[in-house]
Formats: sequence, C-alpha cells, structure tokens
Amino acid sequence: MTNLTPTTEPSVADADEALAATAREEGRKPRAGWRAMLPSMTPSLVIGFGIVAAIVLFGLLGPLFVQDPTTVRNSGLQPPGGGHLLGTTQTGQDVLAQLAFATRGSLEIGLIVGVLATLLSAFFGVLGAYLGGFADEAFSLFSNVMLVIPGLPLVIVISGFVPQEQRGLWTIAVVLAITGWAASARVLRAQTLSLRNRDYVAASRVAGERSWRVIAVEILPNLLPVIASQFVFAVIFAILSEAGLAFLGLGASNSSTLGTMLFYAQNGFALQLKAWWWFVPPGLIIALLGCGLSLINFSIDEIINPKLRNVRAHAKRMRIARKAAAR
Amino acid sequence: MTSVEVKNLTKEFHIRNGMKRSTLTAVDRVSFDLLPGRTVALVGESGSGKSTIARMLARLEKPTSGSIDVTLDDRTPVHGSVYRRHVQMVFQDPFASLNPFHSIEHHVARPLKIHRRTRGAAETHERVVHMLERVNLSPAEDIAARRPHELSGGQRQRVAIARALAPGAQVLIADEPVSMLDVSIRLGVLNLMARLQREDNLAVLYITHDLATARHFSDEILVLYRGRVVERGPADSVILNPQHDYTKLLAASAPDPERMGKLVRAAGAPDRSGIDNSVSFNHYTGEWTSLDKRPVPVS
Repeated sequence: MTNLTPTTEPSVADADEALAATAREEGRKPRAGWRAMLPSMTPSLVIGFGIVAAIVLFGLLGPLFVQDPTTVRNSGLQPPGGGHLLGTTQTGQDVLAQLAFATRGSLEIGLIVGVLATLLSAFFGVLGAYLGGFADEAFSLFSNVMLVIPGLPLVIVISGFVPQEQRGLWTIAVVLAITGWAASARVLRAQTLSLRNRDYVAASRVAGERSWRVIAVEILPNLLPVIASQFVFAVIFAILSEAGLAFLGLGASNSSTLGTMLFYAQNGFALQLKAWWWFVPPGLIIALLGCGLSLINFSIDEIINPKLRNVRAHAKRMRIARKAAAR
Repeated sequence: MTSVEVKNLTKEFHIRNGMKRSTLTAVDRVSFDLLPGRTVALVGESGSGKSTIARMLARLEKPTSGSIDVTLDDRTPVHGSVYRRHVQMVFQDPFASLNPFHSIEHHVARPLKIHRRTRGAAETHERVVHMLERVNLSPAEDIAARRPHELSGGQRQRVAIARALAPGAQVLIADEPVSMLDVSIRLGVLNLMARLQREDNLAVLYITHDLATARHFSDEILVLYRGRVVERGPADSVILNPQHDYTKLLAASAPDPERMGKLVRAAGAPDRSGIDNSVSFNHYTGEWTSLDKRPVPVS
C-alpha cells in the first residue's frame, strides 16, 4: 500500500543539519583518531564503569583503613555490627579487612593475567597472520593446540605440580595466562588476515613503510577495540578461574584472594552455620566485578560493530528531530 | 625524469586445490615502456592480468620472470628503497585505500617523512597542505584534519593521488582510478591526473576497462586478454581500427548507439539486427557460435 499523506514524523536529515549547525556554531572540531575509538557514554558503560571503579577503589584504598585481617580474636562468628562492620570469621578475624585484601589480591591476578594473555594473543595472532606462510602455519597450529587443551584441568595439574611454597601469585597468573590466550589469538588472527589484505595496508607498503610500522601503525589501531574487549574478557576469566582454583585449595599460597576467602568459609562450615556475612561479600564482589566488566565489554562491542552504534545514533537523531519539530 | 622499461613480464600463480596442483599464468610475456609525459593504457576485462601488472610494478608482487627496469635520465638504474620514491600507485577503491583510523594529514605526511622530503613538523604540514591544494582539495587545512569517512569518494581519490605524488614520484600507476567513483566526478579526477601529468611530466600507466577514457587520456593502448597483449598501438588507431577480435568486441561494447551495430558487423560477425538471438560471442575462442556450438559462417 502506498501512503500518500505526508508523514508528521520529522525527518532524520533535518536533525543531521541541526546537529551540524550546532557543531559549527560551537566551533567544534570533528572527532580525531583516538577519541573516536573511545566508546560513547551509554548507560551500560556508565553503570559498568561505576561498579568496576568502586571495586577497584575498594581494593586499592580499602586495605589502608581496615584492621589487620589476620588477627585472631576470641569473638568468633559474630554477625555484622559492633566493632566489625561485616562480622567476624570462625576464628574471629574481621571479614571486612579480609575482603579488602582479598579484593586487592583478585584484582592483581586479573590485571597480570589480562596483560599477559593479551600480549601473548597479540603476538601469536597478529604477527603470524601478517607474516603468513610458515610462521602463520606454526603459530596457528600452536594456538590450536593450546585451544583444545582443556583449561581448568591443566591449571589444576600445573598448580598441583608446583610445590605449595613456590605457588605464589605470579605462578598462578602465568598458568592462567598460558591457558587463556589461545581463543583471543584466533580471533585476532582472523581479523588481521582480513586487515592485511586491505588496500590501505598495500598502499602503506607502496609508500615505503617498514613491516613493523605497518603492523604497529596501520593494522594494530584497527584491532584496538577487539584487543580491548579481549583484555576485559581475560580479566574476567582470570578472576573467576583463580577463584575456582583457590576454592579447590590450589590457589596462590602467599596471597589472599576472594577465592581463598570462599575456601576458608567453606572449610569453616559457614553455610551450615548460617554465617552469611562470611561468604556472601566475596561472592557478591566476584559477581559484581564480572557484571561490571561485561557491561564495559558491551560498550566496546559498539565500536567493533558499527551497526549497534548506528541504532543508537539514529535514535538520538530522531529525538533531536522531534524536539526541533515540537519547538 | 624517470622512465620504466618492462620486458617479458610474466606472473604465474600456483593453485593448490586438494591434491591437484595447477599453474595459472596471470601475465604472459608483457613488454612496454613508460616514458615521461606519456600515458600508456592497459585495457582488458576482469581477470586479464591488468591489476597484477600494476601490483608487480608497485613491488607488491614478485614477477615470476621478466624484468622491470627503472632508469633516470642519465641511464642510472633505480634500485632498492629509492624505487618507491620514483614509482607510486593509485588504487582502485578509494573507500579501501585510506586507513579509517588515521587523518588525511597522516596519509600524505607519511610518504614525505619516509622519503625525507621535508624536515620538521611545520615544514611537513606546510607541504601536506600544498599537496592537498594541488589536487584541488580546499580548504586544505580543514581537510587535512579530517578522517577518510568524512570525505566523498572523489575527494578520497584525490587524497590518494596526493599521497602517491608526495614522495616526488615520476611514474604513476593508476589502477582503475575512477571505476569506483560516481560517473559525474570521474571526468574531474581524470582531468586532474592529466593536469598533474603535464605539470610534473609524469609517466603514467592507466589501467582501465573503459575504452572511451583510455582513448581520450592515453597515447598508447595495450589490449590485454588472458594475460597476453593481443593488440597494441597508438590510442586512436586501436580504438577506431581494431584488428583483434577481442578488441573489436571491446570497442563494440562501448555504448555508442550510432556505431555499435556497424562495428560488430564490420568485424565479421553475423547480422544481429534481426531477432536472431541464437548466436553468441565466445570470449575465449573469439568466435561467434550458434546455440549448438557450431561456428557461425561469416556473412
């Protein structure tokens, strides 16, 4: 059916013009390279960023203000209140103090693994795909092998193999990084294979750019959103896996993390004794951190997938157009 | 001034399909010269090896055999990294040949810096603005700060031309430079290239499948068919008096309503002005065949 009556819906083109006009009036410059890479402020980004920032601040500054988490007192299993904001454990240790140090430990693990896994995946994924030929075959075979090795059992075997006194924070982080980079490397390889055949890469080679510069300046910036989202994912993966390992008693021996807190709560029959203040806070922090990081990841998604961005940009334009029409 | 001598250029691609191996000869013993101030047009259908020749000249592919000799006026050969200062290329698709991440300034400034044409940021910027003005992009200051997605196809292709000329190139390979552009702006870009060629006395290799522009903008035309040069000569005589069947077909495909039917018939083809649609031209044998694959007797 053709509808010949003019629609009252204001047109998007008008809104475009209105936007351009305001930009001209304010003398704004078009978004430059790096700024366009940043995700725009969506509700999910704001919420995710707020949650993560709060937890990171707690992990950074919390340990400075709380009591000594190792002090053993006679007042075991006190509910929240009194001198202990989040109650005490079976041996009378302050839960809030433990929580602060454990959050810091988990974040440290997450950050170290995130950086290591991202570096490994970028090295094997991008370099192999760019060089092609034998290097690509070798690198991609290696990452495929790493991919099919089941992660958690390997982590358990390696953690079990390393003597407990040597099983520090870094050992666990390296083990998690080694088991966690392969999937990202494959994604990066696929993306690089597509990018390296683009005309602008050929054009920069014709211009005389050296290989390392082609990778670092022409290809890598176009991979940044993918790498950023993989970094965030690696952090989530690391924190959750470490919690799992520590809960099984295979965590780092010299540091406390949210996982070790849960391990001790489980060993102290917190659930059976209905001492919810012992196991709920660490569990909640893990869940909130995963949730916040995922929300950030969704916003990064918008950069990788312009379709998502266009949906929102269109909605914004329509709002402006309606406002202009109402005036 | 720089000139290029291409001798017996051959490129073979090895195709592995399961256990079977075969060789595809994309370019077969092609020879031509590029001289300052002159334009050579490579004409041919898709897959005839035009772009492979361009990529070999731009050193993106290695020739299987044959030679590409670039020499200066005093016959001294050009080697190694200096090669790229002399021979530059404009790509077909202006929407793909500029990096979406970088500003226009970056694209034009990089070749200047790589080939040490300018010293210091201020001089580089000045030179970038000058290059953009030369390709009729104004206001150049404003455009230098923009990124590719903010420009139209024609503007992008002008940026690509500015980038190619930035290192002071004397030999320009234009791989179908206007085929991705709107018809209305093609002539502008081609005229720009012709002007720059006059000003800088450039040697241009113009790759196209459009015979009309090839005739208008080039001095010599090489007709390429399945990697081989099937016909060559001065532009006008190739177009107006084609000898090879494939060239005749190309000339006949040009949308010229007055000449079209005559040329095909003059080429020894059956009269198709009637309703006889049972004959077709076989691109690969160069013969007219009827539906039952028998050659059609030439009338």
